[in-house]
Amino acid sequence: MGDERHYEICVEVNGVARQARVPARKTLVDLLREDLELTGSHVGCEHGVCGACSVLFDGEPMRACLVFAVQADGHKVTTIEGLCRPDGSMGVLQDSFCESHGLQCGYCTPGMLIAAQGLLQRRPDPSEDEIRDAIGGNLCRCTGYQQIVEAIQLAARRAGAGER
Amino acid sequence: MKPAAFEYERARTLAGAVARLATHGSDAKLIAGGQSLVPMMAMRLLRPTLLVDIRELDELKLIRIDADADTVRVGACVRQSEALEHAALGEAVPLLAKALRWVGHVQTRNRGTVGGSVVHADPCAELPLVVRVLDAQLEACAASGSSLIAAREFFTGPLSTALAPEACLAAIHFPRWREGACGCAFEELSIRHGDFAIVAAAAQLALDAGGRCTRVVLGVGGAGPTPLALERAAAGLVGTRLEDAAIDATAEQASRDVEPGDDQHASADYRRDLVRVLSIRVLRAARSEARGQSQPGGA
Amino acid sequence: MADDVTPTFKYIGQHRRAKEHPRFVTGQGRFAADIALPGLKHVALVASPYASATIVAIRVDAARAMPGVHCVLTGEELCRETDSLLIGVDAPEVKRYPLAAGVVRYAGEWVAAVVADSRALAEDAAECVEVEYAPLPHVVDPERALAADAPCVHPAHGSNVLYRRAFVWGPVDEAFSGAAHRLAYRARWGRSATVPIETFVVSAEWNAANALLEVWASIQMPKFPDQTARALRLPGNAVRVHFDVDVGGSYGTKRGIKHAVLVGYLARKLRMPVRLIEDRLENMRGGDMQGPDRIFDVEMAYDADGTVRALRMRALDDVGAYAGRSPLQLGKPVGAICGPYRIPAVAYEPISVMTNKTPQEAVRGFGQAPTNYALELGMDKVARALGMDRLALRQRNLIRKEEFPYLIPSGSTYDSGDYHTVLDKALASAGYDELIAERDRARRGGRLAGIGISTCLEPSGGNSAFEPLFNPKNQTTTWMDSCLVRVDLSGAVTGVMHTSTAGQGHETLVSTVLGEVLERDPASIRVVHADSLSALPSNSPVGSRMAIMLGGAAAGAAERIKERLMAIAAHNLGVPREALDYAGGAVSVKAEPARTVSWDQLVEIAHRKFHQLPEGMEPGLQAAFVWEVPTGGALPTADGRIQMYPCYAFEAHVVYIEIDPDTGQPTIRRYAVGHDCGVMINPDIVHGMTYGGIAHGIGAALYEKFSFSDDGQLVSGTFMDYLIPSALEVPRLTIVDHCTPSPLTSFGQKGSGEAGYLGGPAAIACAINDALGPLGTSIEETPMKPLALWGRIRDARARLKRVA
Repeated sequence: MGDERHYEICVEVNGVARQARVPARKTLVDLLREDLELTGSHVGCEHGVCGACSVLFDGEPMRACLVFAVQADGHKVTTIEGLCRPDGSMGVLQDSFCESHGLQCGYCTPGMLIAAQGLLQRRPDPSEDEIRDAIGGNLCRCTGYQQIVEAIQLAARRAGAGER
Repeated sequence: MKPAAFEYERARTLAGAVARLATHGSDAKLIAGGQSLVPMMAMRLLRPTLLVDIRELDELKLIRIDADADTVRVGACVRQSEALEHAALGEAVPLLAKALRWVGHVQTRNRGTVGGSVVHADPCAELPLVVRVLDAQLEACAASGSSLIAAREFFTGPLSTALAPEACLAAIHFPRWREGACGCAFEELSIRHGDFAIVAAAAQLALDAGGRCTRVVLGVGGAGPTPLALERAAAGLVGTRLEDAAIDATAEQASRDVEPGDDQHASADYRRDLVRVLSIRVLRAARSEARGQSQPGGA
Repeated sequence: MADDVTPTFKYIGQHRRAKEHPRFVTGQGRFAADIALPGLKHVALVASPYASATIVAIRVDAARAMPGVHCVLTGEELCRETDSLLIGVDAPEVKRYPLAAGVVRYAGEWVAAVVADSRALAEDAAECVEVEYAPLPHVVDPERALAADAPCVHPAHGSNVLYRRAFVWGPVDEAFSGAAHRLAYRARWGRSATVPIETFVVSAEWNAANALLEVWASIQMPKFPDQTARALRLPGNAVRVHFDVDVGGSYGTKRGIKHAVLVGYLARKLRMPVRLIEDRLENMRGGDMQGPDRIFDVEMAYDADGTVRALRMRALDDVGAYAGRSPLQLGKPVGAICGPYRIPAVAYEPISVMTNKTPQEAVRGFGQAPTNYALELGMDKVARALGMDRLALRQRNLIRKEEFPYLIPSGSTYDSGDYHTVLDKALASAGYDELIAERDRARRGGRLAGIGISTCLEPSGGNSAFEPLFNPKNQTTTWMDSCLVRVDLSGAVTGVMHTSTAGQGHETLVSTVLGEVLERDPASIRVVHADSLSALPSNSPVGSRMAIMLGGAAAGAAERIKERLMAIAAHNLGVPREALDYAGGAVSVKAEPARTVSWDQLVEIAHRKFHQLPEGMEPGLQAAFVWEVPTGGALPTADGRIQMYPCYAFEAHVVYIEIDPDTGQPTIRRYAVGHDCGVMINPDIVHGMTYGGIAHGIGAALYEKFSFSDDGQLVSGTFMDYLIPSALEVPRLTIVDHCTPSPLTSFGQKGSGEAGYLGGPAAIACAINDALGPLGTSIEETPMKPLALWGRIRDARARLKRVA
């Protein structure tokens, strides 16, 4: 594509090493969606506010629209697709969102799941305030957040009871 | 909103990074967390032709707290989330920890760095205010050598610092207060949680055994082109017992000493009054903390 | 307290997981930007920096020469080769095209479109398009725009007034003369929108061999395929819109007609598939999805006992530089113009005016939320003027449950309701007495604290009767929807719906309804979206209509299937239809239950055993149902009376807010809503949309505004300045349900797609004003940001000091 310099990168995405050849300005979220055809991560604002693009980067939630793909070279990324079980079925967190009606249009959902996953990894038994703080950087226009909070609370209870 | 094209290099050493800046010139920029830089590039407000990535330089990620030292050295690429959770840092520079709670959201703190926010120098941002009010020193490193820049000289205007285009902020040296009875507080008024402040205020003070104020710093953000240390106003508190009336007078002086701007979210008058209100709040909160620490038997 | 009258069903009204969710939680949603099209090209826009200017010249050579560029299109060609987009009022000189035609009328208007191999390359080239402008005078204030000497946004139209009419329903002047008191006030609803997280996305591909334009879009718009075809000068069956695209939220805003016409034109011209994904800057400034922007001047006439005798309301709405259906957002509220109150005389003067700002489009509620806000402010003012409790005032004026169906002065009949009970439930849920105590404690402690109560209607069912009301040349009285049900050879049931979905859970709605009527497990029923060529007629999910219309159509189609099954069974069992029972898909003889035909047997006969089919019956097992909106089909009277939407849901909000008296920052501490939308087909879906509507309401009331500078620049064009509430701004919400079934619908359901948003801003405003009340001040504009509240408090304190 024109004269723009491209870079060879290798990023471990959902446990699999993925190669790509990208211009420096391509963001991580665009790499995931376009080059790797993982369209589960969504683009909402491209300036780091809405959180729809959130992924786990080296295990921690980050906005993938604010990471250049070249910066992800050598790092590990988990997307919403990677939250599924190895056989492709839903994990407890995803299932809890379904049970609690924690989504409507589904557009912010990947980011919410990533933020929730990041929280529950560190705080398996979060308070409601901690949940709202953890998703405070993920905007949703459908749900008013109520059932999302309930979904995360349910997931925490189920995980606490030993469900995997 | 795709950035203009640029080239990318990942620095392997700090020396290498600044050498690169020296050879490439002012069209090169350093990137670490990118939480401030990338949105500006996405909107094409900034168009560097080369990004030198320093995010992975271990030498910029150290936090050095020596028991005998008067300052704490925080590497510029220490992530905000790590700084927030660093217990010893929280003890040594408590104002920093208090301010960090107001900075952005979990996700932006996971990637954004302490140094990055300081160098971005948004006058409404929390970390530049902490640096300014504590009169920290900024350790700048360039191919020509290193230097320490005092905070009072560092912030030159909105989004603008005294850091030379070919220099890299390597670390921030935060002063450590040794007084027995110290207190600090950070407050801000923002429309939503996590937004940049409309106005932020920070205060730190020390009391002697008799409950008199021996030292005090007061600063505000969002009330001018840079974060401001309100030294004249604060000076009036030294020697007092930090009575409500004294604090109120200081806050009044503070609001007179600022020239805030207008925008869609806040008028100059509003900002001026917020300077007064938030100054009172942080001074009173710092006073409570200091008095708590000076009680027999500890806080 | 009245008993709930919820009828009982097997599947309807039960907690049930939404069918749509598994794909979304696993990242397998299929949003418009996810759809892979080989050889896809990308669009970036060049936008006007001026609010009003002539385009002197556009130089595109440099842009055309940039890497990866296939085309740079300007308005000169596009406006010649396509037709102007439709406008909802009679204003033929107000033309609108996707690209500016010689003149730009708002900052952000699209002037040229670049098509390139990637979005990044398209943006690079867009920067190289040189446009020379000659600025013209502009107007951004709607009251200024009314003046005869104001700059004219569309000079050929002659003025900036797109629509104006003075409706008088009932003896208004007499009521004002006869009433003991009157008061007047102005209220301002600031321009905001229910901005979705997904921007508008449209892809188009011209299939030359079939002469067919394929379109995938994140759309929520009535008659979108038809209007796209029309503008592109194609027959309707030359455009195929794929409705099986998941839409990432719309809440009214995703009209995208100009985007689709632009991209459709480019796809045909270039013979390549083309996609436009609005970036957030394009979306906010030039996406034409901003909402009502109103100045209300209201007068209320009332008696000493609080009875409201009459209402005069002038609503001046600034639609921006162009219009589609946006002026009609002044018309929809006609159907609930007096709110849930027994106000017998109303004068309503809607005025739609143009300015040099981004055009308005539809927003959730289609104008009802601002109207409810204006009305509820007035009710509280009346109470305050009389020294009367505003709860008691509402209870006096609310239509009583014995009075339904209730005809309001503007010609709409409210179908059913029990407003007093819902209000009581909301108050109980909120713990109203404790809230009062808490508020009073806060006030004694020097804090500003207030409780707000709003009682508001959500008209539902989506009859577009405001079209002929506002434009007599447009005699549209049909507002139908459809469902097709297929039972296949294996006995599996599939429901087909004919429009798009943006998170409302239509697949769950339809499968639940089909399951209820056919007595088959909804989990076994699949629901698919037809495309516009194979679709039955639909008018899209607007006006809170789908539970009623799609639910009703699904029920109708299912009943037809059921009747067919009964007829087949009767024929094969040799008994009359009345002698049969239907249970779970099997049919048996009432008197001899052992004589039964199973579902599988019935299916087999229908599909394969023609020799066992009753004479004259069509083979196969499928049924379509298309139906007109209940109470629809009439034109307005000469004085503008009309049945607007058929069904009326009701909500009572109780909100407790504290305001930091020194900073003006408000905090919502308690939020409870009583909600009656008749029978809820899926309570989780209804609650979810209500929570979301409340969040939209919180945004509109406290945080969100499209702010324009004096020279017409949008200054809140990113998410850094347009402030959408997060989970830290939206508090915990409580909903308590009530059910007054509608007599007009299949199960008694009313619509609920706009719930929460229609009553929320009113309640929040009333709470804020209750908090400011002790200072003797008030606020009548949205959003009520800290700056505005601080200003009111400061001025009030200064006044009180002077008085003291």
